[in-house]
Amino acid sequence: MTTTRIVVTGIGATTPLGGTAAESWTNLLAGASGARTLEHDWVAQYEVPVTFAASAAVPAADVLERREVKRLDPSSQFALIAAREAWADAGAPGVEPERLLVDWATGIGGVWTLLDAWDTLRERGPRRVLPMTVPMLMPNGPAAAIGMDLGARGGERTVVSACASSTESIANAYDHLQAGLADVVVAGGSEAAIHALPVSAFAAMQALSKRNDEPATASRPYDVSRDGFVLGEGAAALVLETLEHAQARGARIYAEVVGGAVTSDAYHITAPDPEGSAAARAMITAVENSGASLDDVAHINAHATSTPVGDIAEYNALRRVFGERLGSIPVSATKASTGHLLGGAGAIEALFTVKALHERVAPPTINLVEQDPEIPLDVVTEPRPLGDGPLLAISNSFGFGGHNAVAAFRTFED
Amino acid sequence: MALSNEEVLAGLAELITDETGIAADTVELDKSFTDDLDIDSISMMTIVVNAEEKFDVKIPDDEVKNLKTVNDAVTFIVKAQA
Repeated sequence: MTTTRIVVTGIGATTPLGGTAAESWTNLLAGASGARTLEHDWVAQYEVPVTFAASAAVPAADVLERREVKRLDPSSQFALIAAREAWADAGAPGVEPERLLVDWATGIGGVWTLLDAWDTLRERGPRRVLPMTVPMLMPNGPAAAIGMDLGARGGERTVVSACASSTESIANAYDHLQAGLADVVVAGGSEAAIHALPVSAFAAMQALSKRNDEPATASRPYDVSRDGFVLGEGAAALVLETLEHAQARGARIYAEVVGGAVTSDAYHITAPDPEGSAAARAMITAVENSGASLDDVAHINAHATSTPVGDIAEYNALRRVFGERLGSIPVSATKASTGHLLGGAGAIEALFTVKALHERVAPPTINLVEQDPEIPLDVVTEPRPLGDGPLLAISNSFGFGGHNAVAAFRTFED
Repeated sequence: MALSNEEVLAGLAELITDETGIAADTVELDKSFTDDLDIDSISMMTIVVNAEEKFDVKIPDDEVKNLKTVNDAVTFIVKAQA
C-alpha cells in the first residue's frame, strides 16, 4: 500500500493554561498549573466533595460573539475558538469545501446545556425550555459549529470514546486523509464538564483527586501519593494536511503524522486491562503501520491521569512495547499541568507532542516529588532538549470503555 | 396596565437585541423578521417565549407564523394585553 505523507500545519487551543496554543505551551514549559478552587455557587450549594478543577484560563465569552455564546454549548464554544486559531495558524488554507473535513471528538457532549434545560423545565415549565436545547446538547454540536464556520463540506464527523476521544479523532483524520477523502482535516476535541453533576459523579467513582486545599499540586502523575485526576476543560485543534497540498501552498510544517491507531481492551468498563496488551498494540500499530520503527521513538506524552491504577497500567503497556529501552525515553505527563480535559485531552497532548518535536524540547511533568518505584520511567520534570536529528514521538490516550488510542508524529524532513 | 405600541416596540426590540445582537434601533415596525432582520425560526421561538414573559401574554404557537413583521408582533401583543 502506498502511504500519503500527512503533516500538521496549524495548531490552536484554549486550555486551563492559556487562551491560545502558544500561551498554553509557554505556561506548560514554565511549570504552571491550571488547577484552581472553583468559585461557582453550586460548590457550596451541593457541598460537592471536590471543590477545585482546571477551568479554562480565558472564558469563552471573552472571545466569542454574544450570539455565538448564546447558541453554543460551552463544549462547542471552546471547539470553535481552538479551530479558528488552528485554521488561522495554518494560513487559512485555500481548499475546496468538499475536500475539507472535520474530525472532532468529545467525551460527554453538551452536558451544561442538558442540565440547564432540565433545571429550567423543573423550575419554569416546558414553555421556557430553549428551542436551541437539542442542537446545543448534541455531541456532534462542536463538529457542526466548526464545519459551518470554516465551510467544510467533506463531512463533520464526531467520535466519542471517553478520554481517548480526541486521539481517536486524530487517528481518524489520518485515516481519512490516507483514504483520499479530503486534502485538509481539522481534527481535535473539546470538553466542558466542570458542572456539579459530572464533578459529583467522577468523585463518586473515586476518580478525582480530593486535595481541595492544594489544587495546583493535586495532579501528580507517577508520584507515590497520587490520588486521582483533576477535571479540566477546553479544546485543542490540529490542521492535518497532505504533504502535497501543504507544499503546493507553501505552508509552514510543524511535524509529520506517522500514524494513528485505535484498539480496545474488551476487559472492563472502567478499569484498564492490567496486562496492557491492547494498549501496547495501539502504540505498535501507530508507529509501525507506515513503516516507522519503535526504535526511533524519542519522546512519549503519556496518558498518565494521576490515578493510582491508571498510571501503572500504562507503564505496563509501555514496558511491553519498549522493553528495557523504556528507561531511556523521556516521558512527559502534561495532565499534571492541564488537568484532564477528557474528550479534549488527546488533542491538547497531541498538540504538545507536535510542539515538542518542532521545538525539540520535552515539556515538564510538574508535582513529581517522590516517584512511584513501581513506575521507573525517565519522567521529564524540567523542560529537556530532545537533541538533533530525526525524532519520533507518540501521544497515548485511554478511555472508560477500554478504548486505547495512540497518535505518532515525527520531525518533518523533506 | 396595558402598554402602548411604542412601549411594546421598545420592549420587543430589547428582546430581539438580546437574542440576536441586532442593534435595537434597527428594529422598526415595517421590518420583516426573516427577510430584514434575518431571524431564524429557532430565534423567533426564543423571542416569542421571552415576550410572553415580559408582556404577560400568551402567544399560541399557531399564531407565530402570522407574525411576519415587527408591527404584526407589536399589534398582537398590545391586543393580547387588553
